[in-house]
Amino acid sequence: MTDEDLSGFPLALEGPDVPMVSFRKVSKRYGELVVLDALDLDVAEGEMVTIIGPSGSGKTTVLRMLMTLETINDGVIYVDGKPLTHMPQNGRLVRANARHLREMRSNIGMCFQHFNLFPHMTALENCMEGPVHVLGMPKKDARERAEELLEMVGMADKRDQHPSRLSGGQQQRVAIARALAMRPKVMLFDEVTSALDPEVIGEVTNVIRQLVARHNLTMLMVTHQMGFAKDISDRICFFFGGRIEEQGTPDELFGNPQKERTQQFLSAVKEAA
Amino acid sequence: MFDWRWDFTFEILPRLIMATGNTLLAAVLGYGIAVVLGLVFALAQRTPYRALTFVVREAVEFIRSTPLVLQIFFVFYVGPQFGLRLSPWTAGMIAIGLHYASYLSEVYRGGLDSVPKGQWEAATSLNLSTRRTYFRVVIPQALPPSLAGMGNYLVGIFKDTPMLSVIGVAELMHTATAIGSETYRYLEPYTLVGLIFLAISLPTAAGIRVFERWVRRKLGLS
Ligand SMILES: Nc1ncnc2c1ncn2[C@@H]1O[C@H](COP(=O)(O)OP(=O)(O)OP(=O)(O)O)[C@@H](O)[C@H]1O
Ligand SMILES: [Mg+2]
Repeated sequence: MTDEDLSGFPLALEGPDVPMVSFRKVSKRYGELVVLDALDLDVAEGEMVTIIGPSGSGKTTVLRMLMTLETINDGVIYVDGKPLTHMPQNGRLVRANARHLREMRSNIGMCFQHFNLFPHMTALENCMEGPVHVLGMPKKDARERAEELLEMVGMADKRDQHPSRLSGGQQQRVAIARALAMRPKVMLFDEVTSALDPEVIGEVTNVIRQLVARHNLTMLMVTHQMGFAKDISDRICFFFGGRIEEQGTPDELFGNPQKERTQQFLSAVKEAA
Repeated sequence: MFDWRWDFTFEILPRLIMATGNTLLAAVLGYGIAVVLGLVFALAQRTPYRALTFVVREAVEFIRSTPLVLQIFFVFYVGPQFGLRLSPWTAGMIAIGLHYASYLSEVYRGGLDSVPKGQWEAATSLNLSTRRTYFRVVIPQALPPSLAGMGNYLVGIFKDTPMLSVIGVAELMHTATAIGSETYRYLEPYTLVGLIFLAISLPTAAGIRVFERWVRRKLGLS
């Protein structure tokens, strides 16, 4: 940790076009296994970027690093121009302390494949937990905000139910509302429909479509649903072996993939579907 | 065969019932200490401070591997050599509280470990502090799976209170023995002690099971 040389990385990103999220030469290793290999990835404010790629290519790892659920071995991630897991000290970047991490984390919200709702809280309580106990909002305001969001995801009538009484699709919609209640600038979706029965996938993707259409959120999504990705993404990144093998607009990437691995992956996916 | 005397039985019953009060007090106090201290032990083993984790884990292991009665003697008789002069009650409560705290810490540990990693990750994604995550997210979910074990040790501590008689705490066993040595009759006092223990243990165990279900329902977990 101490011998990492970050002298080549700026203390902060400045200028008119600072990306909302910027991975700079980010690497992640588990022992010998290199999961991310000097990854460079910028996501502009308001942009919707979808990551696709074969299993084990590092898609989830990218999101988990952004959510600070995973440490980073090398490189720097910037969120809104500021280093995420590092902080400037005496003119150089050092590992962030807990306070800096907390401050940076407040920019980011995440939805998980298995929802991870708090089972001992109702839908409404799940959505109020962060606003009340982290943002310090008065209960009344937090409740109003939570009710609005549950309304938006079509779960207002189930707000007093515990997760065990909700279907997967319903739980995922509550989880989206819970994350949004923290007013993040960046939302992360990791295969949020993969654990759902086919007939309820639409109710979750519709919520995400609505977010893309109406809100200026920056979003990073991992999904295996190519049709959905094509519909709503500004850009698709095809991951292979911890690197971005190819990226482009949905039309470019799905319509006219340049790299052989991309073509192979897309035809394999098409066959499976 | 038996020479059971009812008049004697009724004569000593009030005295034994009085002593039952002390037994219950000892069990409840000891358990109260154990419940809180056990949680401290369990959480201490989950901090990032390796040295603390090590010391607490070894201490818990040590306490669990030595007899309670030795620990009671130790606190009461060896304590004064270190300038720690304690009344039988205080020494007894410390010993039995520490002993059961060690067992309960293992119960809690199992409960805490049973909370899925995803719950921690969700809490982090909402920026909840470690403390809040424990108290609002993890402990409420660790509680139901811990209740059965906690209940067993409540009954266990109750049944172990007679050990306190060795340092002179006037609980049931101590009183029954005193009656025996005064009257040379042991059958009635010890039989009554057994019946009193039974009369308290059985409903308590049943009550715990009801309570367990109630907590699950209350937390919306079933
Ligand atoms: N905690 C860990 N310890 C060791 N290896 C890990 C760990 N977490 C992930 N990996 C490995 O890192 C690689 C990338 O994992 P990641 O979860 O990012 O893949 P993914 O692209 O999301 O795959 P999938 O489509 O299957 O979800 C995999 O080979 C995985 O086995
Ligand atoms: Mg994944």
